[in-house]
Amino acid sequence: MMTQPFLQIRDLKVHFPVRTGGLFFGDYTALKAVDGISFDLKAGETLGVVGESGCGKSTLGRAVLQLVPATSGAVSWLGCDLTQQDKNEIKKCRQELQIVFQDPLASLDPRMTAGDIIAEPLRNYFPAMSNSERTAKVQDMMAKVGLLPGMVNRYPHEFSGGQCQRIGIARAMILKPKLIVCDEPVSALDVSIRAQVINLLMDLQKDFNLSLIFISHDLAVVRHISHRVLVLYLGKVMELAERESLYRAPRHPYTQALMAAVPIPDPDKERAKKRVILTGDPPSPLNPPSGCVFRTRCGQANERCVQEIPLLETASVGHEVSCHHWRNTLENRI
Amino acid sequence: MPILDIRNLNVRFATQDGEVSAVNDVSLSVEKGECLGIVGESGSGKSQTFMAAMGLLAANGRANGEILFDGANLVGASEDAFNTVRGNRMSMIFQDPMTSLTPHMKIGRQLAEVLVHHRGASVVEARIQSLAMLKRVQIPEAERRLDMYPHELSGGLRQRVMIAMALLCSPEVIIADEPTTALDVTVQAQILDIIHDVKERLKTAVVLITHDLGVVAGLADRVAVMYAGRIVEVGDVGSIFSDPRHPYTKGLLACTPRLDDARQGIMTTIQGQPPNLQRLPSGCSFHPRCSYAAERCANERPALEIYGQGRARACFKDLKAA
Repeated sequence: MMTQPFLQIRDLKVHFPVRTGGLFFGDYTALKAVDGISFDLKAGETLGVVGESGCGKSTLGRAVLQLVPATSGAVSWLGCDLTQQDKNEIKKCRQELQIVFQDPLASLDPRMTAGDIIAEPLRNYFPAMSNSERTAKVQDMMAKVGLLPGMVNRYPHEFSGGQCQRIGIARAMILKPKLIVCDEPVSALDVSIRAQVINLLMDLQKDFNLSLIFISHDLAVVRHISHRVLVLYLGKVMELAERESLYRAPRHPYTQALMAAVPIPDPDKERAKKRVILTGDPPSPLNPPSGCVFRTRCGQANERCVQEIPLLETASVGHEVSCHHWRNTLENRI
Repeated sequence: MPILDIRNLNVRFATQDGEVSAVNDVSLSVEKGECLGIVGESGSGKSQTFMAAMGLLAANGRANGEILFDGANLVGASEDAFNTVRGNRMSMIFQDPMTSLTPHMKIGRQLAEVLVHHRGASVVEARIQSLAMLKRVQIPEAERRLDMYPHELSGGLRQRVMIAMALLCSPEVIIADEPTTALDVTVQAQILDIIHDVKERLKTAVVLITHDLGVVAGLADRVAVMYAGRIVEVGDVGSIFSDPRHPYTKGLLACTPRLDDARQGIMTTIQGQPPNLQRLPSGCSFHPRCSYAAERCANERPALEIYGQGRARACFKDLKAA
């Protein structure tokens, strides 16, 4: 594994203007979907991104690929800041940066055959490529993702969800990218199919030294596939740590609450577990709490959390946490 | 006597491409006050079994067999007969709390309607009872919520409103169809807690339909595992999880990622795809994906056989405890 960071995200912010009040002439407020996120990603590494709906995990993934414009901050891909590049430059980089979406059927054009869908990136980037070469590459990629060559002329509706997701992965892989953003790639799949697709992603990663940003709300899947994990809440990083460090000793009260809430398929463990937990729902991202954004649902919040925004501090090697109380959170763990 | 007793139920859908057998020869019983977990993947028939019990099958669907609710058969029953049971003695919580509430009706009116219709309550009385029920499912600022529309509530709150509505007439059975699938984990934990509380305090029988083995492990007393429209294994929750005797149950447990599992690398999988319900495999429907399959499995369908205290499985192979 190389040590030079492939991808460097620095203080990335994505704010969406939202009209508040007034039908035509109301004021705009910034919805801070991603608010000051920084991380590095190495070649061949998987970064898991977890958090609840509305925490900004999908927006983060899209901002990395410049599918949504960044409000401020830097996305450096191999030393080149994508936020400063023009369209053509970004298009060149997108050869190496790909995405797999959550809904396998909705992300495939229903009027294109599986073969055309997988070949489309080749047509875009190598218009001069001969038909026979393109077909050979498509067949080769289909075999790699576990689709039979005979399926090349079928339409998306003729495939099951798991197979559609394989087509989506083949389309992302055909240009031999270096990084794939996987936005909830297995959430829509059945349990028995989910494991197959996760295995496929891990195989491809090994074979092509791929980096993955694996966005998911499923903490168990993330534990399985990730090397490092980023925990988001209301657009901010709560905790960023090596996988085992995070799962064995989560420092942030939010991470602890998330983990406590995940049901374990073992009746004895699940029933012995102290439940709950967090009360209420996450606050509106249009009107986030002052100080620490998590304080309104946190059992350990005090006056300081209301006043002061916690910074990301290093708790141990490779384990960063943004909580004023991180030194005491392990004892008070839920 | 079980409160809900399903016997040899078949559900067929007539489609343009032929008949789809969604539920095949399913027999299940739900005792008073127990929580029965129904586990299976999409298309396993877990929802349609209970949609039939609620008389909510799509227009092209047909049920045959027996569905005995408190002794009375609901298969082929009139709408009037269903209406005295449905929402009153047996109610349902759906997966998507947004689409199962009426968008243009205030929460208070939707709740009150249930009591006015089934109990003949006055509007004022119904509102008081609705408010009490919203408080019971821990909805903050319950009074204010009564005058809100569903879109003004978060997903978690909407699901609580659904549960409150299901509970209004103190039903004997609640059917919860993937009640937490659309919710975030922290909210899921809150909802599961409420369902647990309902079961313990009100002694309501709960049928918990889900694909999430973790949810079943926390709540269910007994579990039925379904595959391709059939029950393949039944047992108490402890033995299903610690000692699964059907290859499919075993496979499902093995390929479910667990939060408390530090292993990495290749995950255990069940090979292949779930079958097409229009063209079910011969013999045992699971045999093309089963690692224990023998020749007999392709020719002959194993019956659901009772082999121990409350346990049954449909498999020729005598899987012993691991």
